[in-house]
Amino acid sequence: MIGSRTHLLSPLRSKRLMIRLQHAVTHCLLIVGAILVLFPLFWMLSTSLKPPTQIKAFPPIWIPKPFVWSNYVRAVTIFPIPFYVFVANSTYISLLNVVAALVSNPIIAYAFARLRFRGSRTLFYLVLATMMLPGQVTMIPLFLLFRALRWVNTYNPLIIPSFFGNAYFVFLLRQFFSTIPHELDDAAKIDGCGVLGIFFRIILPLSKPALGIMAIFTFTGAWNDFMGPLIYVSEMKMYPLSVALSFLRGTYRVLWSELMVVSFIAMLPPVALFFIAQRSYIQGIVVTGIKG
Amino acid sequence: MGPGIGRPARTGPVVLRPRLTQAQREELWGWALVSLWVVGFLIFTLGPMAVSLGLSFFDTDLLRSRFVGLSNYTTLFSFDETRSLFWKALYNTAYYVIFSIPLGMSLGFFIAVLLNQNVRGQTAYRIIYYLPSVLPAVAVSLLWLWLFDVRFGILNWVLSLFGLPGLPWLYDTRTAKPALILMSLWGSGGNMLIFLAGLQGIPTQLYEAATIDGAGAWRRFTHITLPMMSPTLFFVLVTDTIYAFQVFATTYVMTQGGPANSTLMYVLYLYTLAFRQFKMGYASALAWVFFVIIMGVTVLIFRSSDAWVYYETEIGGRRA
Repeated sequence: MIGSRTHLLSPLRSKRLMIRLQHAVTHCLLIVGAILVLFPLFWMLSTSLKPPTQIKAFPPIWIPKPFVWSNYVRAVTIFPIPFYVFVANSTYISLLNVVAALVSNPIIAYAFARLRFRGSRTLFYLVLATMMLPGQVTMIPLFLLFRALRWVNTYNPLIIPSFFGNAYFVFLLRQFFSTIPHELDDAAKIDGCGVLGIFFRIILPLSKPALGIMAIFTFTGAWNDFMGPLIYVSEMKMYPLSVALSFLRGTYRVLWSELMVVSFIAMLPPVALFFIAQRSYIQGIVVTGIKG
Repeated sequence: MGPGIGRPARTGPVVLRPRLTQAQREELWGWALVSLWVVGFLIFTLGPMAVSLGLSFFDTDLLRSRFVGLSNYTTLFSFDETRSLFWKALYNTAYYVIFSIPLGMSLGFFIAVLLNQNVRGQTAYRIIYYLPSVLPAVAVSLLWLWLFDVRFGILNWVLSLFGLPGLPWLYDTRTAKPALILMSLWGSGGNMLIFLAGLQGIPTQLYEAATIDGAGAWRRFTHITLPMMSPTLFFVLVTDTIYAFQVFATTYVMTQGGPANSTLMYVLYLYTLAFRQFKMGYASALAWVFFVIIMGVTVLIFRSSDAWVYYETEIGGRRA
């Protein structure tokens, strides 16, 4: 690819050599980069399985000998209440957020993609503008509102707002719906379908990939959320995993094996979802610009 | 619900009750469907924003409130650090934004350019580089806390390999912010994905034509790749900046703002005032100033875009 100016070798040979060299350099850089990216995760797993004496060994021991699986048992029993409660809480919050996203966003996006009504352009720009709004501006009044509703220390503040749509997903779905040919709508109209009929019989069935990616993003986002539950959830038995982890940091700051075990467990669902759906996941990121 | 299939055709004035035209029905349906978002916007965004502005003129805790005019703002902007850490928090956040964004964008761009050369295993590389971005911030923070550990952390061991002394990382005012920035670079894979999609959208004919005209690799990069990528760079710059200003979980978990407030980020300060000290009025003022700062920076980036962002229509227009 590089246009060579060398005159020492014949132009063709030198050009081929340059291309080869360039490919080799590219591969080396990418491999080194990949190792750097993966190394912290490897180190986390390694630490999670080490006996205490090997954690602080210098030079470091890469592969624990033996694998101390009991670290995993100790880590999950370190909390005053059973660990599965946090996992269940996180799962519950995340799943309800997925339901909320599936109920609200498609119908809003459908209106923007398909229906002509006055002010739709302006309104859509407003939706886009809210994507840029830092959530911290509304944080305090929302807390006071939810407190007045006696929603503090319930999951309502973390779930109910999702039922009113999310700008990113409205945008993602609108873009996707716009790619569905209008001829299908027309055919459905002739067959007697109304506005909702087209939505349920044409648009939704053809949008499964987009709905799937929205579900995954929503689940991951809710699972990883920290500030929301930190503000609204005060009782330990209500903690999601993210808040439970931060509690551990304050209490057991040097039990590295245990900290790595719970971190690893918290990372599993997002990583699993990413691997399962990596193709459409990447597609979704490119369309919306959400980067996790 | 359908548009009257099988019903007798209506003819002019015989209609008894007024019926809506197709366009009117669509209009009604449109508003009915988006009203869900509008209601949510009013309750969860616009309303709270207005209330937040109002609250900022009160001295409010959870029990009582008292109108204080602009005094929250005058306290906030005070340079006296015993009264307000606003400038400190703003400085820390700006420091973080100013370094993490150019570094993160360059790194993401660099990897994208490498991957765009149709290397074998592109999919695998994309997955690996993006992986850190899907992980929960709290778990990532615990992991990096361990990597940064002063005595037994792996990073100081790496430094020792090069004969360098270990760094205090998060435990020193001079290295704490750079440590957080270093950690943020682990998530550059998100940028990489978006840049890669942008690079793949550049028509190859442009490169071919330039090569025929005798342009070398560097000239092709500066005269084709960069201008063609500028809309993507612009988009990433805007979204990353807004996002980076809101950094919270990492500092909350890793440093709690220390040492000596050197990692006290704006949102962490806001959180502490609102939900630890319950100074709701004062924190609202802080939140509004935050909003104005972010909007200001965004507007600046938009303004600057005239100078460096090229859109294809613009190039076409020039040729015509």
